[in-house]
Amino acid sequence: MNAPSLPLRILIVDDEAPARRRLREVLADCTGQISVDIVGEVDNGLDAVNQVQQQAVDTVLLDIRMPGMDGLECAAHLNRLSVPPAIIFSTAYDAYACQAFDLNAVDYLLKPVRADRLVRALSRAHSLSATTLEHLREAHPKPRTHLSVNEKGRIVLIPVADILYLKAELKYVTVRTAAREFLIEESLTRLESEFGKTFLRIHRNCLVASARLREIGKLPGEDDGHFLRLDGLDERLMVSRRQYSALREKIKSI
Amino acid sequence: MKRKNHNNRQVELPNFCHLGVNLRIALTVEAALVSGVVARASSAPAFWAEFIELSALAQPALLLTLLALCAAGRWLRSQPYRLGVGFTLTLGVAVPVLVTLWLNPLLAGSAAFPLAGVAVFSLLMGSGLLAYFNLRARALSPAITEARLQALQARIRPHFLFNSLNAVLSLVRSDPRRAEHALENMADLFRALMGNASHLAPLEDEVALTRAYLELEQLRLGDRLQVTWHIHKMPGDALIPPLVIQPLVENAVYHGIEPQPEGGEISLNIYRSADKVHIVVRNPIAADGSHHKGNRIALANIRERLLLHFDLDAQLKLEPLGAVYQVHIVIPYTRERTQPAPTHPHRR
Repeated sequence: MNAPSLPLRILIVDDEAPARRRLREVLADCTGQISVDIVGEVDNGLDAVNQVQQQAVDTVLLDIRMPGMDGLECAAHLNRLSVPPAIIFSTAYDAYACQAFDLNAVDYLLKPVRADRLVRALSRAHSLSATTLEHLREAHPKPRTHLSVNEKGRIVLIPVADILYLKAELKYVTVRTAAREFLIEESLTRLESEFGKTFLRIHRNCLVASARLREIGKLPGEDDGHFLRLDGLDERLMVSRRQYSALREKIKSI
Repeated sequence: MKRKNHNNRQVELPNFCHLGVNLRIALTVEAALVSGVVARASSAPAFWAEFIELSALAQPALLLTLLALCAAGRWLRSQPYRLGVGFTLTLGVAVPVLVTLWLNPLLAGSAAFPLAGVAVFSLLMGSGLLAYFNLRARALSPAITEARLQALQARIRPHFLFNSLNAVLSLVRSDPRRAEHALENMADLFRALMGNASHLAPLEDEVALTRAYLELEQLRLGDRLQVTWHIHKMPGDALIPPLVIQPLVENAVYHGIEPQPEGGEISLNIYRSADKVHIVVRNPIAADGSHHKGNRIALANIRERLLLHFDLDAQLKLEPLGAVYQVHIVIPYTRERTQPAPTHPHRR
């Protein structure tokens, strides 16, 4: 946190323009009690992650329910920064989320927001711990729209729609897109359960994007060996014998 | 000026032109015939022989009775209940007896049907069915109230209420006139939500309410929400259950527009075709298939209310058409008899 004399640098994130305007007005009303500087205003989680990387932000006022990347996912990505900003969630009505916030001592605002409540939240806002975020996401299960990695202090977002395959290797999972590979520290099983039908398991260590299947072929020479190829990638991926029949059923149903 | 009130204590004769009523009468009579024949028949071939023989008389008699009841229905229902029951039973016995008199010579060879038997069977069936319809009407009245209460709870999403209040607050300083207008819309919406939902309401009032709702949503969502109305052929005086269109549109906004960053278009198409009113609401299907459970609850609620008001004569169809989700409601066209249409004190 910065010294009390410096203004608090705030980013407003909400998909509804009136809600952003209202927050700006209430923040202006608070100037007597707390010194704030609104450094930006965006309407979705993705832009919020980019904004926070382009300029210093102390506190993010983050709406939960937004189309595309929602507030909880945005917070999880921001948390990968070496110095994550403090986060104050805002919501109009979300009984489950509020219960989770109370349990984890997370700051949140109920819309319409009152000035004194906002001042109180701003003066004690802090960044969230990884475990807290984990708990919040459990209360609000929704697949992420992006995976993120921290590369040299910057967050790189990988759109889930761009992923061709996910392959577990030792401690990491390799994320392959048409352009390049990334290494993330997550478990393949959890990724599989989070994204459901988006990915198909073809091997103990590999999930492929079901929308990108191009062909399944038999390996010459061997009896039961099969390989699989994806759109936009020449690489042959091995299909394990155990997954092959299940995979064939799923492909038929697509 | 009498409103069509389904919550009335006083029991009415059923509408004999309704598909649901006809279906119930026909099925009951058929079941009685089948069980009668089954009790007497010694083997399967004997059953079929006897059933076909009986059907030669029973089917035309049943059909003609239903036609006669439908034709006389309006007049029968205008009589006091007891008198109406008497006339209905007379008709229900007279038609089969006349049919028997007419068919008996034609069915010569096989045994002729005893007139007294036909009359007693018709009288018993008729009384039984009328007793059933009476009981059903009594049983359903509290159910409508119940459904209304249930509907009241399910209708407006708290999420919508608080977001709208927030949007109005954001206008108070910068654009007080728009804030005023928005609050007026909210007042209309909540007056309707707290009103009596067991009365049918004119279609044009429901459309005005839906417009008020959409204006509030537009305040929050701005350009993300596009609305197209196709209502130039709408019968504004048609009576429909209240709060059917608005929740459908609310669903369309919640599931089809809000989850999409770029928004989308909702189209409303309301028209009359023959004696039916059609209400068609379309919205784009959101890419992320989240929160579908709430959708089904709201639709089940509407479906139940349609059933209570119109029995089998109303339909609610859900049709995913590629990237568009469509809800199609068909309601029988009814309107208030008195002309000109009275003002409706319960709204606006």
